[in-house]
Amino acid sequence: MLRLEQRSCPSQIMRWLSPALAVGLTVLTGVVMLALLGKDPWRGFEVFFINPVKSTYALSELMLKATPLALCAAGLAIGFRANVWNIGAEGQFIVGAICATVVALYFGEYPFWTLALMVIAAMAGGAAWAAIPAWLKTRFNANEILVSLMLVYVANLMVSWLVFGPLRDPGGLNFPQTVMFEDTALLPVLIQGTRLNLVLVFVVVVLIAAYILMYRTHLGFRMRVAGESAKAARYSGVNAKSMVWLGMLISGACAGLAGMAEVAGPMGQLTDKVSSGYGFAAIIVAFVGRLHPLGIAFASLVMALFFIGGEQAQQYLALPGSISMVFQGMLLFYLLACDVLIRYRVAFGNLSVAKQVRKGALS
Amino acid sequence: MSLGLFESILFATIVAGTPLMLVALGELVTEKSGMLNLGAEGLMSIGAVAAFAASYTFESTVLGILAAMVAAMLLSMVFAFITINLMANQVATGLAVAIFGVGLSAFLGKPFEAKVLQAVPGYALPLLSEIPLLGPALFKQQWLVYVSWITLAAVAWFLGKTRAGLALKAVGESPQSAHAVGLPVIRIRYLAVMFGGAMAGLGGAFISLFHTPMWNEGMIAGKGWIALALVVFSTWRPWRVMLGAYLFGGVMISQLFFQSSSVQVEIPSQFLSALPYLATIVVLVLISSNAKMIRLNSPASLGKPFLKENS
Repeated sequence: MLRLEQRSCPSQIMRWLSPALAVGLTVLTGVVMLALLGKDPWRGFEVFFINPVKSTYALSELMLKATPLALCAAGLAIGFRANVWNIGAEGQFIVGAICATVVALYFGEYPFWTLALMVIAAMAGGAAWAAIPAWLKTRFNANEILVSLMLVYVANLMVSWLVFGPLRDPGGLNFPQTVMFEDTALLPVLIQGTRLNLVLVFVVVVLIAAYILMYRTHLGFRMRVAGESAKAARYSGVNAKSMVWLGMLISGACAGLAGMAEVAGPMGQLTDKVSSGYGFAAIIVAFVGRLHPLGIAFASLVMALFFIGGEQAQQYLALPGSISMVFQGMLLFYLLACDVLIRYRVAFGNLSVAKQVRKGALS
Repeated sequence: MSLGLFESILFATIVAGTPLMLVALGELVTEKSGMLNLGAEGLMSIGAVAAFAASYTFESTVLGILAAMVAAMLLSMVFAFITINLMANQVATGLAVAIFGVGLSAFLGKPFEAKVLQAVPGYALPLLSEIPLLGPALFKQQWLVYVSWITLAAVAWFLGKTRAGLALKAVGESPQSAHAVGLPVIRIRYLAVMFGGAMAGLGGAFISLFHTPMWNEGMIAGKGWIALALVVFSTWRPWRVMLGAYLFGGVMISQLFFQSSSVQVEIPSQFLSALPYLATIVVLVLISSNAKMIRLNSPASLGKPFLKENS
């Protein structure tokens, strides 16, 4: 019989081994799943894990895909640390994209200033969208999970209204999209011959800032205390409400920035399909990255593999793109399951009473 | 017989509210045992696609419904295993269920998109459907609507009047005490989660077989999350779930009403579509601002893991 045995203290090694184990199990399950679907499993492995890293261009695309995930996840992780459950990064991403688009359309031809204003508008927009659940939570005690989630649907409908209505490109043959942005409203490409742009710098700055905030400031320490134990936080004078506000506003601003980078980067315009589920995937990235900026950097690259693999699966394997969401959900399941090994170890057989007593006496 | 305006609004309200009621009743029982399963959206999606696939393949509505309940129940058992046996965070695991369920349903349902099922005819209850005004709206519904009423009564009776219901509530209030008096905490929580899963599957089946007999990615469109909000709205009391479900059903059909009314209102369709989500937020705010009521009625151990060692 397999049995779980409590460790005397949580294992630090398992804390970081568990995500790796979860990724491995997801890959294994994926290969088995493809075989069951009658596809060549090796071909599937190639599409998901070899093609995205086999050339410089492919690698640059992988990094580009990872940037919105890392931006959203870095913000979410700060909130999650303080036990603030912002599930609506997807909505804040969309509102950020909308705000950046409005700036690009009406203030688009000024070098530097257009982009700077787009960044500010997008971060403010994302933070404002996140401020709604923050206010309703602190003022009326309304559940922030459900409120932030409902606002995702509202944001989706809002962007749909805008690109079908007021912001639609008049010469766009009635497609739900805006005009393409001016060059001054596009993030400059960093490496010639690729699409990898200035967003990479944003990501590095945000991850470093998140690290400093979480581990090198008193505020970050208080947020972590608030997340570990509400009681301990209250006794030590941490204001739970300001933690909710901080967690929400920071994660909203990060998601908004990611939305800006999407319209000012690979898309170059706003469409009704502006987000491909980055905000939801970022929740998984935050968990797989152990809510740590460095972990998030790695996790966002892994998640980007799933996204690109999902896109290519349609082309090379004739499988629906939603397969990437299946893998995402599976990854989170495996991670949560493997996390049991942090506090418990697997033991075989049943301990006899005598052994239990001896063990108890020894420890 | 054609229905008058009032009757057709009432009829459509009940149709729109029924899936919400089925899912929320299941989640209510789950939460009463102290388990918070946020995966209703994923469970409903799986239920909807399983119902459609089975019903389309075997040409049987009953088989479709059974497939939906079994499929969603299996997924809810994954949730139960990870949260109960492996003691993982219930909020995070529920999110995993939602993401996985929505993704898997889109993946499996791809071949069934753009296929159409024969609409299931309504079932008129004898005598009752003859009542003027209310009769046709209430008693010429799909038979699953009557099932939802029976389920409501059964859940209310189970939680309020039976020993087993009392045991379930005890587990939700204090699993440690329940364990100490010899109640099988783990088994009870498993059963409660599985019931919630099956009901969410049933709700999904109602949408893909009865409400709009087709499958399409994203057709659940947040109804699972709204059902979760309904449980809060009901302050964990079964009869109030019905009230909330029909209230939201009414909000959901308001756009159809606006579009078909002779008064031409210049409102973008997206705004009307956003109403149910905005209404959910408003309702959550109204109910939650009374913190005392929430605290008194919500199960005390909701969302907290049960560790046998500590008891």
